[in-house]
Amino acid sequence: MQYAHDPALLLARFQFAFTVGVHIIFPAFSIGLAAYLAVLEGLWLRTGRSVFLDLYRYWIKVFSIVFGMGVVSGLVMSYEFGTNWSIFSKKAGPITGVLLSYEVMTAFFLEAGFLGVMLFGMNKVGRRLHFAATCCVSVGTLISMTWILSSNSWMQTPRGYTIDPTTGRFMPADWLAIIFNPSFPFRLVHMGLAAFLSVAFIVGATGAWHMLRARKAGKISSEPVRVMFSMAMWMAAIVAPLQILAGDAHGLNTLKYQPAKIAAMEGDWVSEDHAPELLFGIPNMKTEHTDYAVKLPLAGSLILTHSLNGKVPGMKDFPRDQRPPSPVIFFSFRIMVALGMLMMLVGLWSLWLRRNSTLFTNPVFHRVALCMAPAGFLALLCGWITTEVGRQPWTVYGLLRTSDSVSPVALSSMAFSMTAFVVVYVLVFGSGLGILVRMLGRAPQEGEHDTPPSHASGILATSMHPGVIDPSTGKGA
Amino acid sequence: MMDFAYWLPIIWAVILVAAISIYVVLDGFDLGIGMLFALERHPDRRDVMVNTIAPVWDGNETWMVLGGAVLYGVFPGAYATLLPAFYLPIVLMLLALIFRGVAFEFRVMTRGTGREGMWNAGFMAGSAIAAFCQGTILGGVVQGIRVVDGAFAGGPLDWLTPFSVLCGLSVMCGYALLGATWLIWRTTGVLEESCRRWAARLAVGLFIGIVAVSLWTPLLHAPYLRRWTDWPNIAFVAPVPVLVVMLGGLFIMGLRRGHSKGPFLCALGWFFLCLSGLGITVWPYAVPPGLTLWDVSSPPSSQFFQLIGTAILLPIILTYTIYSYHVFRGKVTETDGYH
Repeated sequence: MQYAHDPALLLARFQFAFTVGVHIIFPAFSIGLAAYLAVLEGLWLRTGRSVFLDLYRYWIKVFSIVFGMGVVSGLVMSYEFGTNWSIFSKKAGPITGVLLSYEVMTAFFLEAGFLGVMLFGMNKVGRRLHFAATCCVSVGTLISMTWILSSNSWMQTPRGYTIDPTTGRFMPADWLAIIFNPSFPFRLVHMGLAAFLSVAFIVGATGAWHMLRARKAGKISSEPVRVMFSMAMWMAAIVAPLQILAGDAHGLNTLKYQPAKIAAMEGDWVSEDHAPELLFGIPNMKTEHTDYAVKLPLAGSLILTHSLNGKVPGMKDFPRDQRPPSPVIFFSFRIMVALGMLMMLVGLWSLWLRRNSTLFTNPVFHRVALCMAPAGFLALLCGWITTEVGRQPWTVYGLLRTSDSVSPVALSSMAFSMTAFVVVYVLVFGSGLGILVRMLGRAPQEGEHDTPPSHASGILATSMHPGVIDPSTGKGA
Repeated sequence: MMDFAYWLPIIWAVILVAAISIYVVLDGFDLGIGMLFALERHPDRRDVMVNTIAPVWDGNETWMVLGGAVLYGVFPGAYATLLPAFYLPIVLMLLALIFRGVAFEFRVMTRGTGREGMWNAGFMAGSAIAAFCQGTILGGVVQGIRVVDGAFAGGPLDWLTPFSVLCGLSVMCGYALLGATWLIWRTTGVLEESCRRWAARLAVGLFIGIVAVSLWTPLLHAPYLRRWTDWPNIAFVAPVPVLVVMLGGLFIMGLRRGHSKGPFLCALGWFFLCLSGLGITVWPYAVPPGLTLWDVSSPPSSQFFQLIGTAILLPIILTYTIYSYHVFRGKVTETDGYH
């Protein structure tokens, strides 16, 4: 990899990976949580049971924090294409820039426009209109995911373009072919399910934590806690197996369109039929060999081609300068799959416990569910690393190299901004994580407040500032 | 097709300028309110200030995302030269906006933990730095960047000149004025009274900034000077400075007579005139002094496809944005329940 020696390029890549890696958590969280909130409010309007309203009010506070962090980290992304990848932007902007604009106009405005009503408007617009606002926000998150994954998929499997011979720009020729490019449907389903699954495990772990706490205090856990745990475990039981099917289908699609990525994910060097699956190994890009390999005979062909004698690609099929860094994605892929299997097991276990009516009383299961809190997000990040690092050394697959995409920005500027991004992100999103953990550590109440006491201004806020006298009203604490 | 390739970039330039203007006005008063935290120390009144914008700030910031995305899709040549040229102020602005954005929630969520002060400071400093960077970038675009073969070819600190710093300070002043006049409209009592005092001083500051920038700009490049002084151009552009002064008169009247909306509308008028003036000055360049709108455009197939969507979606967006403002209309007081 000739570009590995250019420090400015490495920094540009690392900075982009870091900022998008942090960012991707929040939209995924918002996609899952907005849908959950829409379901909760719908159930409340339909059944009139206050437990759903309690849960709605509990989770909407989390949503407001998560959404805010998504907005600010996403703003960075919309400018980082230009700051870090100006050549890519110039050449691919006529396609990816247009898709991003459609995302802003169809999704971001919809989300932001109705978020205010959703967060603060319950008493101002009435229940039905408020529910409509929640649905608009939820639909907005889904539309947003659709456009950005279409754009990302186009970079993986470009279609519907011509290349301008004088400028080297990608010119759109067929917008439907661009939007519905071959890997898009698979990526969309896989990512959507990942978002739902990630949030299900966060909700489940929150429920599990409060059940364990209630048990320790010798009390029965409250109804909102049980309802959220039960809903989360239904999602785990249904979505986790679906996700494994979706992942399998996505893998077949990748084998067809990006065989080099598959070879690197699997740590396979020589193309063969009756291929084994490597359970473990350390791929070495220099010696072109995977060391310490632990092989499962025939499984590689079976998994990738659904037949025992299917032909599986090897990295030696591709020139050295067109191979993705196998050591990274070999592991990220395996971690993702392992977490996916674990999540499915938890889901199936919950079904078993539900049948025996011990879902709310089995402390071992609750502890496991608590530990699984980050499982969905970790798997999502690992999957993202696999697909993005697996696209290397290209930005537009097979057509535009990453090393030919980078901006003419001085190394010193890049180094300064990298440091600043890391410091600010750790501080801001670290604090955000702390706030979220504290919020979730507080159990949902029956008759949950619309906004937490400290959240409202006025009299309640005044009491939070002892010793302050407002000269305009003479009111003091 | 030739006509198409000529007109599409012009239509898009108008849309882009409109989007930037909407952003500047909407997020302008948000950022202004952040800066006014420096003058208003009372925690309750600070809450009121934030409450007037809490339901709408996400939407306001989305116009900035739109600006970036449209530039990327429609004028990728400009996106790809301007962003590397203003790399440092853009990164600084984005980081500042992160602090400002999360502070809305964090300053309340950390209440009582001793960290609230940090997020109040973040809200204030984030707003101030973002405003300064935006003004500096605007000034930097007007003064021009070094381009060779369609790519940025200057140094990392080329943007930093006395002119761009003057623009940065003027925009800070202008945003704070927008914030103060917005609060005159949306609040009552002590806060409203303070804002009337601040607004008067900020208006003087902005006026000085406008005059200084206006006198300096034509000296930057010869075409700028000709744009403003040659006949018959002068007949079309002369109303701009005249209107600036007239609005000043209206502003003073509104402030003295206790109008609630008047001062805000005058401040909006000033921003509109300033942005128009800048537009007139740099036309038809997208990246002065070398690249025109047509040099940086994406192909007509991209611009047209995006125009269809925009023509349908932008009116819808404006409708529900206005609806959202309508839901949260009226004066905000210290006993209002929403945050």
